[in-house]
Amino acid sequence: MTALVFRIGVGTCGLSAGAAEVRRALEETLAAEGAAKSGSTVKGVGCLGLCFAEPLVEVGGVLYGRVKPEDARLIAKAALEGEAVAAKALAKRDKCVLKGAEKVPPLSSQPFWALQFRDAFENCGVVDPKSIDDCIAAGGYEGLRKALKLKPAEVVAQVKAVGLRGRGGAGFPTAIKWELCAKAPAGEKFAICNADEGDPGAFMNRANLEGDPHKVLEGLIIAGYACGAGKGFVYVRAEKPLAAQSVKTAVEQAQAKGFLGKNILGSGFDFDVEVRLGAGAFVCGEETALIASIEGKRGMPRARPPYPAEHGLWGKPTNINNVETLAHVPNIFRRGAEWFAARGTAKSKGTKVFCMTGKISNTGAFEVPIGITLRDMVFKIGGGIPDGRKFKAAQSGGPSGGCLPESCLDLQMDYESLSEAGAIMGSGGLVILDDSTCMVDVARYFLTFTQSESCGLCTPCREGTVRMLDVINRIADGKGKASDVEELQRMGRIIRDTSLCGLGQTAPNPVLSTIRYFRAEYGEHVKGKKCPAGVCRMGAKK
Amino acid sequence: MNVTLSIDGKKVTVPEGTTVLEAAQQAGIFVPTLCHYEGLPPQSECRLCIVEIKGGRGLPASCTLPAKEGMEVATCSERVLEARKFLLQLLLCAHPADCKTCEKHGRCELQKLLSDYGVRDYENPMRARKQLVDKSSKAIERDLVKCVLCGRCVRMCRDVQTVGVYSFACRGLDSAVTTAFDKPIAETPCVSCGQCTIVCPTGALSEKESIDDVWTALQSGKHVVCQVAPSVRVSIGEMFGLPPGTIVTGQLVAALHRLGFAKVFDTDFGADLTIMEEGKELLEKLKEGKPLLSTSCCPAWINFVERFYPELIPQLSTTKSPQQMFGAIAKTYYAQKAGVKPEDMAVISIMPCTAKKMEAARPEMNASGAGRDVDFVLTTREAARMMMQAGIHLPSMQPEGFDEPLGEASGAGVIFGTTGGVTEAALRTASEVYAGKKLDKIEFKQVRGFDTLREATVEINGRKVKVAAVHTLGAARRILDEMKEGKAPYDFVEVMACRGGCVGGGGQPIPSREKRIEAIKARQRAIYAVDASLPVRKSHENPAIKKLYKEFLGEPGSEKSKKLLHTKLSPSKGYGV
Repeated sequence: MTALVFRIGVGTCGLSAGAAEVRRALEETLAAEGAAKSGSTVKGVGCLGLCFAEPLVEVGGVLYGRVKPEDARLIAKAALEGEAVAAKALAKRDKCVLKGAEKVPPLSSQPFWALQFRDAFENCGVVDPKSIDDCIAAGGYEGLRKALKLKPAEVVAQVKAVGLRGRGGAGFPTAIKWELCAKAPAGEKFAICNADEGDPGAFMNRANLEGDPHKVLEGLIIAGYACGAGKGFVYVRAEKPLAAQSVKTAVEQAQAKGFLGKNILGSGFDFDVEVRLGAGAFVCGEETALIASIEGKRGMPRARPPYPAEHGLWGKPTNINNVETLAHVPNIFRRGAEWFAARGTAKSKGTKVFCMTGKISNTGAFEVPIGITLRDMVFKIGGGIPDGRKFKAAQSGGPSGGCLPESCLDLQMDYESLSEAGAIMGSGGLVILDDSTCMVDVARYFLTFTQSESCGLCTPCREGTVRMLDVINRIADGKGKASDVEELQRMGRIIRDTSLCGLGQTAPNPVLSTIRYFRAEYGEHVKGKKCPAGVCRMGAKK
Repeated sequence: MNVTLSIDGKKVTVPEGTTVLEAAQQAGIFVPTLCHYEGLPPQSECRLCIVEIKGGRGLPASCTLPAKEGMEVATCSERVLEARKFLLQLLLCAHPADCKTCEKHGRCELQKLLSDYGVRDYENPMRARKQLVDKSSKAIERDLVKCVLCGRCVRMCRDVQTVGVYSFACRGLDSAVTTAFDKPIAETPCVSCGQCTIVCPTGALSEKESIDDVWTALQSGKHVVCQVAPSVRVSIGEMFGLPPGTIVTGQLVAALHRLGFAKVFDTDFGADLTIMEEGKELLEKLKEGKPLLSTSCCPAWINFVERFYPELIPQLSTTKSPQQMFGAIAKTYYAQKAGVKPEDMAVISIMPCTAKKMEAARPEMNASGAGRDVDFVLTTREAARMMMQAGIHLPSMQPEGFDEPLGEASGAGVIFGTTGGVTEAALRTASEVYAGKKLDKIEFKQVRGFDTLREATVEINGRKVKVAAVHTLGAARRILDEMKEGKAPYDFVEVMACRGGCVGGGGQPIPSREKRIEAIKARQRAIYAVDASLPVRKSHENPAIKKLYKEFLGEPGSEKSKKLLHTKLSPSKGYGV
């Protein structure tokens, strides 16, 4: 009997689908079968991104989805005898050591997998995030080793050459940020990992930190080296306790291994990292608000310039990158610039993780080359719209983003195209809406979110979003006026123009984009006093 | 390095680092603001100062936008005007429409902007914005519903005064400027300086009004006397449209007589008395080799030490403030002389200050044993309003003189009204009386001016004495921290809590937008002009003071002086934790 590793996804998504019980069932079965002698083990891993299939168990190259504890016992017993349970299998890897898996479809033939390319997520669902040795065996910290052999300016140059852009929202070139911070007058500098992910429907950062925290940490160390920072922070929401714990453990392990601390890998570079918890305010994802929060102040943004690269944490030059941005960094050095730049579009290289939720068959976090079409995302990776309904729209970029209609299905998912279409890439959240959805209601949902998350500092965001919401509520209630749609557009334009930070500047987007693509639906609400999807109550008592 | 930009077609050259708002101001263009205030760090909350930049994105706020070479700025393009008007309408969505009964009516910055920009229609749903009227403080009142969240009070209290009573809290519609744990002001470490009432653009913050109490006292049949603080004579004219710094001493006395005060006295008399006692204290501290922290004149500063530096109380002067000295003497010495029982008297102060209201209410300020030494305190603003109620037009009054015997004062007493004044007055007296050396030059210009810290070294009794004059509590905190670390070897430190000292006090007329700091400086210049015009300019040469010691107190630091003119300070717990 050969030693088998039973991988079970114990990220937040897996756990909420029942992975803890499944894991117990696996362990009990292994114990009962005396599997320890053969060296077979159960390994808790992060998330493969296939939320629709959780709890997910992988053993001997066979993936089992939606595993119940009783399935787990069956799967474990069979596997220990070298057999697959084909009827329960989701897919198999190219290298499959179990017998009886002939009819199981290869993972590489599954559209939800075949169109993916895994870089940031390459080890998620594969390695044990609690084991630095496991991560190192999977290539962890190799990129750091290579980067530290270069001068900081060469590190910046390599990242610049591959055209890595920030994955947290606006797609700002990462190397330019690093360069600005590096060129700021010498002295104390900071590097921050922004893990305050707060968009409804986006969870790639959480999954990344839960599944492979070392990769993110490695990226942060390289960023710190490039910028000349001596201290780093990972700012994680307290609402993501597993991710926070995962990165805390990773920091301790990296310190013990000498990847953090004094004279890292003999390079003479000193860098340490502290994990800070955020109390869960959407605005704290904005970099100046995040800085204020780390400083112990109320998380409120301030006007830029000065940018954090000149005047950041405690007034010192500070570089802030999103989790996913940092997760792309190690491979730029480990696998090389050419490898990284082989994917993506002319203006946006590499891959991006999109989180698909809503009315879609395959929900999950999928890492794809930038530039994939929305159609491929929805119908190939996502497996289409369930329950025989029709695709209506995809809300891209969370509450700051916009709704893309059917006519945009062939749009390339890259920063520029999405922005031209009135949406944004944002953090990569894609909420799929079917024809049972009312677009006025969608706009109302997202606007309610941003309105209640406004930090209250600036007038247009604090008061303006409420005024817009008043009008939308009026429309949804069947009391809309003929001028309301124009009024919404006018208010949206001014709020976008005059707000202090990104939250307010993008808050009108869901309204503006739904008006742009679904104006007729607004018209039916206002003039016909009816909601075509039958969602809005139109004057009915609540 | 200078940069040249064009604002509304006008070329302006400004040093690099200047904001577009400041550059516009230099070009004579006053872009509207609600949250920006000279001397406070900009926060760009209200967004009213938005401008359009050629080739730029959106409409950035000019108060935080650095001027750049070649920038083409439009401050009132169609796009800007439309947005600005919309923002004003937004501010009204959550603002009560009770202008006519508001304390700030006619002087409200929001009201003025609404009128300037022709905002005639707006929706006022008045959603569930936090309703809270806080009258707990003896000095200031808050009406939260009138707050437009401009954050000026937050920045004034936190960044300038380093007291930090106010902060933003909650999100979205619930956003509010609140105290910690929503405590009433009286239960916070508020020092009552009232600077928040100066910067508040609306009626959300104001002084606690005592006008009705004073009317009642005046009509009660009691013997009602008043005292007028030095800085009021150079500022109250502004309430009647006179330029800042107009000296209206005689008209003010006449107006107060007209209001019905039996006697109108001068707090400068109390100031001269303070110098006699504090000069003595200084000499004693010098002998002990310990610094003397003056001045007890400023009650907000006293509150600050009690709350934040209780360990420094032994260094603090025990001499009462001029207001309280005056109150104590009025209800003892003067009462005897006038043949009135202290219980049948009322002493009213006209002060540039909100903290004086709190000081007068301190239980230990009861020298006569007949209750409060000072019964009520009116700010400059309230005094002017009382005059208006009585149909008095101050500038038209025929000047009259202060009454005897507590109306005679020296120039040294007058300069108490500005930062550095107490130091200079103390030096004039300490050098001559206690060191026995006649001064050739009585003006100590090193301690004058508007820098937050001015210092000087003077020789008294052959010993070099290092003195410092500081204004704003933030600057005081820096000095105190340095002193604690042994880095600031001062023998005498004067602190005034407000910018410019009492001339910039929390109870002073609110300067117009164009002259916020300039108004305070003009008042300061006027104070020195009054000093220079007086025949007696040293406290110890004030004949009324000499007479008081001879007839009543004995000498500075005597038993009687100690009982009537000195006080005891005690640590305060702030939030009570």
